[in-house]
Amino acid sequence: MITYTKQPDPREYRLIFKNVDRVGWDPSIETYVADGGYEQLRKALTMEPKAITEEVKKSGLRGRGGAGFPTGMKWTFIPPNNTKPVYLICNGDESEPGTFKDRYILHQDPHQLIEGMVISSFAVGAHVAYIYLREEFPAAAELMEKSLNEARARNFLGKNILGTGFDLEIYVHRGAGAYICGEETGLIESLEGKRPYPRIKPPYFPAALGLYMAPTIVNNVESLCHVKHIIQMGGEEYAKLGVARNTGTRILCVSGDVKKPGYFEVEVGKVTMRELLYDMCGGPKIGREFKAVIPGGSSSKILRCDETYKLKQPDGSAKDLGFWDIPMDFDTLAACGSMAGSGGVIVIDDSRKISWVLNNLNSFYAHESCGQCTPCREGSAWMKKITDRLVSGDASPKDIETLESVAYQIDGRTICAFGEASSWPVEAIVAKFRDELLGDTIAEDEDAAHNPEAEAQRRYLQNA
Amino acid sequence: MSHSTVEDLVASPETSGSKFFPSFAVTPELEAEATKRLAQFPDNQKRSAVLPLLHCIQHRHGFLSAEAIDWVAARLGIEPIKVAEVVTFYPGFRQSAPGKYHLRICRTLSCAMGGSYELMEKFCELTGIDRSHSDSHHHPVAVSPCGTYSVEFAECLASCGTAPVCMVNDDFHEAITADKAKTLLDSYPATSSTEH
Repeated sequence: MITYTKQPDPREYRLIFKNVDRVGWDPSIETYVADGGYEQLRKALTMEPKAITEEVKKSGLRGRGGAGFPTGMKWTFIPPNNTKPVYLICNGDESEPGTFKDRYILHQDPHQLIEGMVISSFAVGAHVAYIYLREEFPAAAELMEKSLNEARARNFLGKNILGTGFDLEIYVHRGAGAYICGEETGLIESLEGKRPYPRIKPPYFPAALGLYMAPTIVNNVESLCHVKHIIQMGGEEYAKLGVARNTGTRILCVSGDVKKPGYFEVEVGKVTMRELLYDMCGGPKIGREFKAVIPGGSSSKILRCDETYKLKQPDGSAKDLGFWDIPMDFDTLAACGSMAGSGGVIVIDDSRKISWVLNNLNSFYAHESCGQCTPCREGSAWMKKITDRLVSGDASPKDIETLESVAYQIDGRTICAFGEASSWPVEAIVAKFRDELLGDTIAEDEDAAHNPEAEAQRRYLQNA
Repeated sequence: MSHSTVEDLVASPETSGSKFFPSFAVTPELEAEATKRLAQFPDNQKRSAVLPLLHCIQHRHGFLSAEAIDWVAARLGIEPIKVAEVVTFYPGFRQSAPGKYHLRICRTLSCAMGGSYELMEKFCELTGIDRSHSDSHHHPVAVSPCGTYSVEFAECLASCGTAPVCMVNDDFHEAITADKAKTLLDSYPATSSTEH
């Protein structure tokens, strides 16, 4: 029977995280194999590659990196008459604020990822794969190199894997501290040895024009682990976990103002906000009340704890859903105006000034903007400057208008989704906390410029 | 030594931490790393080895000098600017020596909420580090007068549930609130002699 040093919550379903905090577990291949590891690889190698892709499609697995795109479908985007080498890349750049799940897979269960990658590479026809790890995971990089050597020694990797004639090499590649390397095309540019400036899609969908302009499948660490379990139970069985169109399990990462922050693997959609924050995380800190939650990583739109959403039903009618009843799945969170994203749930209580929260996020995006698109490069810096002044008590009510207007001029006008990532927090926080933000502005002398930037802004807006 | 074409782009001022790192030299280990990494990419894609080589050099020498950049460029058969542009973009690459023990404190939302800014203040107080000339883009690293410690803010280190978190060189530390700063510091003691 499996026991854990940190007891999982009874509502959890430990599939990917089966071995995280497991008593008597270590990341060696001996332990992994003794536990049944690499049996699914053996099974997968007896299947047709296309059949593996079919199972993944049947499973309904959606990408766990943040976008939630159907993984099986992504695999089919490789051009049918392709003659270039195909690459598989594992995106281990975990950098979305609020997210901390891939870390534990990489540091405690590397062979689960390797097995998932070999199966996936076989399915898509890749003979070279890369694990792109963020620079700040040096221990994981060292462990992964060791684990890959262990897998090679047992012929789970390398030439003629398990005598099937399938060749695959997997290499570790470390990043260097840039969030934009989590964007799949930014990652590819980084792997090519360049500045990670993302590519525009279309035409640069990696499945068509990826690494070295060859077909490339980029998948998140967790997603690739799910593939192994899909082979184990079959796509149809896997699809019974979770809810319709939101299948399987996902790892929720809760941080911020809760009594017991941490990671929780649950069936998608089977846990509500209330259950997550109150039952699993112990509720708010003593003497505090919950105020707002960012449900899917910092790039997702904030939700107020006192909100009710009008959701369209299949028959056309509208139903009310309160914040606390939101099931933590992809579709409902999207219908409520946010997203499941990377599963990074950041909880904010009534001790926090929302202007401070927004400024912290704006500083992040201003720092991480790669700079190639004017709206994002200029806009992210501009939004940060405005909220800097908001926090220091030097902003006017007009600044809130400007802040919102700048955000909407970035949204939808950039090469990559970082534009939306940097603008959505502003859009949502201004929309939902407008009065609180205005409360932090100085109403008097509204027309007087109180610093050179405000003066320049005022003159620009007058003539706009 | 001939004038480096990237010397103007990559200024490498001396810092109080410089004494803890050997100056750039092409070691057998570096050559071995170059051979190993180049084998991981197609023959016509040597440029892909840029990041691994820069990591190898920075790990030993503390930062990336114009000389190091020129060597990497020559080894990979690419123009020095192509290496310099990588060094100047990625926050993980430094252009001057940090302290012997370099502390990166996460400043992003959950860690800030957990007290990482207070940790930064406390750490600077304990080590005598002056951050008044630091900024997030051009001069993120501040070094102590003795050169043993340096500090910078990092963005989300992906451990928000155990906020606030930090790294000391390659060591990862969780739940380091300001009251734990002294204990953390004591586990990385300064020594009186300079070392290489």
